[in-house]
Amino acid sequence: MEPPGLNHWLVVSAMLFCIGAAGVVLRRNLLVVLMSLEIMLNAANLALVAFSRYGNGLDGQIFVFFVITVAAAEVAVGLAILVALYRLCGTVRVSDIATLKL
Amino acid sequence: MSPVFSNLLAQPGVALAAEAAVKIAVVIVVLMGMVAYTVLAERRICALIQDRLGPNRVGAFGLLQPIADSFKLLLKENVLPGHVNRFWYVLAPTIAMAPPLLTLAVIPFGNTLAGFNLVIADLDVGVLWIFSIASLGVYGIVLAGWASNSKYPFLGGMRSAAQLISYEVPMGLSVVSVFLLVGSLKLSNVVAYQAGTWLIFKAPLAFLIFLVSAFAETNRLPFDLPEAEQELVGGYNTEYGQMKFALFFLAEYANMIVASALIVTLFFGGWQVPFVRVEAFGPILAGALGVAAFFVKLLAFIVFFIWVRWTLPRFRYDQLMRLGWRVLLPLALLNIVATALALALKLRA
Amino acid sequence: MEAALFHLFSFLTLAGALLVITRRDPVNAAMLLVLTFFFMAGLFVLAHAWFLAAAQILVYAGAIMVLFLFVIMLLDAKEETRRCFGRVAGVGALAVGGALLAALAGVIRDGRLWRVPAGDAEGTTAAVGRLLFNTYLLPFEVASVLLLAATVGVIVLIRAPRRPDDAPPSA
Repeated sequence: MEPPGLNHWLVVSAMLFCIGAAGVVLRRNLLVVLMSLEIMLNAANLALVAFSRYGNGLDGQIFVFFVITVAAAEVAVGLAILVALYRLCGTVRVSDIATLKL
Repeated sequence: MSPVFSNLLAQPGVALAAEAAVKIAVVIVVLMGMVAYTVLAERRICALIQDRLGPNRVGAFGLLQPIADSFKLLLKENVLPGHVNRFWYVLAPTIAMAPPLLTLAVIPFGNTLAGFNLVIADLDVGVLWIFSIASLGVYGIVLAGWASNSKYPFLGGMRSAAQLISYEVPMGLSVVSVFLLVGSLKLSNVVAYQAGTWLIFKAPLAFLIFLVSAFAETNRLPFDLPEAEQELVGGYNTEYGQMKFALFFLAEYANMIVASALIVTLFFGGWQVPFVRVEAFGPILAGALGVAAFFVKLLAFIVFFIWVRWTLPRFRYDQLMRLGWRVLLPLALLNIVATALALALKLRA
Repeated sequence: MEAALFHLFSFLTLAGALLVITRRDPVNAAMLLVLTFFFMAGLFVLAHAWFLAAAQILVYAGAIMVLFLFVIMLLDAKEETRRCFGRVAGVGALAVGGALLAALAGVIRDGRLWRVPAGDAEGTTAAVGRLLFNTYLLPFEVASVLLLAATVGVIVLIRAPRRPDDAPPSA
């Protein structure tokens, strides 16, 4: 087998991104929606790492480093909002949180 | 050796894989043996401290006790409580056992012996790998607590997760000053750097923070809150029995041994033999002496861990959290700034 | 060898991600996601991003997913009794995923991408660190401020709700 080229990496990344996007649309449980978001971010990371491998520079990897940082902050805040929401509504299902005013 | 076999070994990839496989097998066998006898040592030393005898009936000085214990645990009936989440309940002990075994892969337990590097994988990201894997230790405990579907294990699991996460922070930060001094994350470089003076003399505060955090990370007294018998029954492993319980038990001791090995590698010169120039004895003897030095230091720290357990009382939960976040974390940050400043001034001069 | 490993890890990553979005029990989904991140770290190693592979496990598997698991268990999110998604959502997800994939495939089909040779950049800790603390020093500092903001935000959000007697009269 010949070693994978840039296109192979991008195909995997694209498929992973689509799985994440489908998950966001598919699921009603906010926790799983957040996990799907993480999958999408990781798909982007994979593409960036691939570009860094084939683009002859480490800048892509630095970008991934920042994406990981932002993801950590995003998850912390997202989960905090989720817990606050759970205290108010007693549920984490998107379909049950239908009121604008609480 | 048959010609087919030697031809196979002649290929570079196969030889490397075979070498790694042999090292992995040796390290796991040595670790499991050490775990078994650390348990015995714990019981004997604890008895000594409490002015008792401890297990001394099976074999000379009770040396066959670990074997008898393992037979007992293996032969017990396999009971699965009806109210548990079966999948995670059965898997959790295995997950708890994995991190210490994976961590050992990067710890150099000697220099070279007969041309072989005495480390399974000398990674460029060495210490980062150790922290990555160590941070996975939470899963086994949290999953055990949750899958048991019972209140005491759940509380124990949650406590331990909070404790492990809290103490990972000062632990990671304390090592930063070591990196600043050595200039590399690779553990073989860290050991090579300590050929003259051990790092404990150059970064004593980092060592202290690391030591305290290591006690908390391994759930040993004075920080064994996840399994505080008096308030949480048995903590996260209350609902476990037989070999599944034994795996948690073994994981605790394996963690302790790995933590000791890490302390020895980072702060006490790893396999460096102090005061003696071992190169003079020829390569083979020098390598063997290095391994011996590593194990002597390792055993000293294991005894220290046991000694502390039977000497100090347990912290209260809020004291534990305060110590981690309000004392160790600022100290670790201060240590980094001080070390960086000192290094910068030295560069200037 | 490299190709075989690449295909293996790619397959496992994609399979893991698919399982994550279709599991009913959130704990199973979270643990599968941890596994998926491991396979992705494997892919990073294949791309010579050594530092990032370790960072991926440390941050994602070791910190972020523990947080997820913590929240799932504290909220006691039970296994969903009905199917975890409606039929409409299923069709919608397929449509969104399919459309996105088609759009991305259009880009990747560009033949020029196929022939790019692999560079020789090695993502060692030292190389990444040198770049990070020289060229990207300002973004690095900004990222630390972002983390601080997130920390403060989380503490404000999570603070225990005030007791009813000292709550302001609601409209």
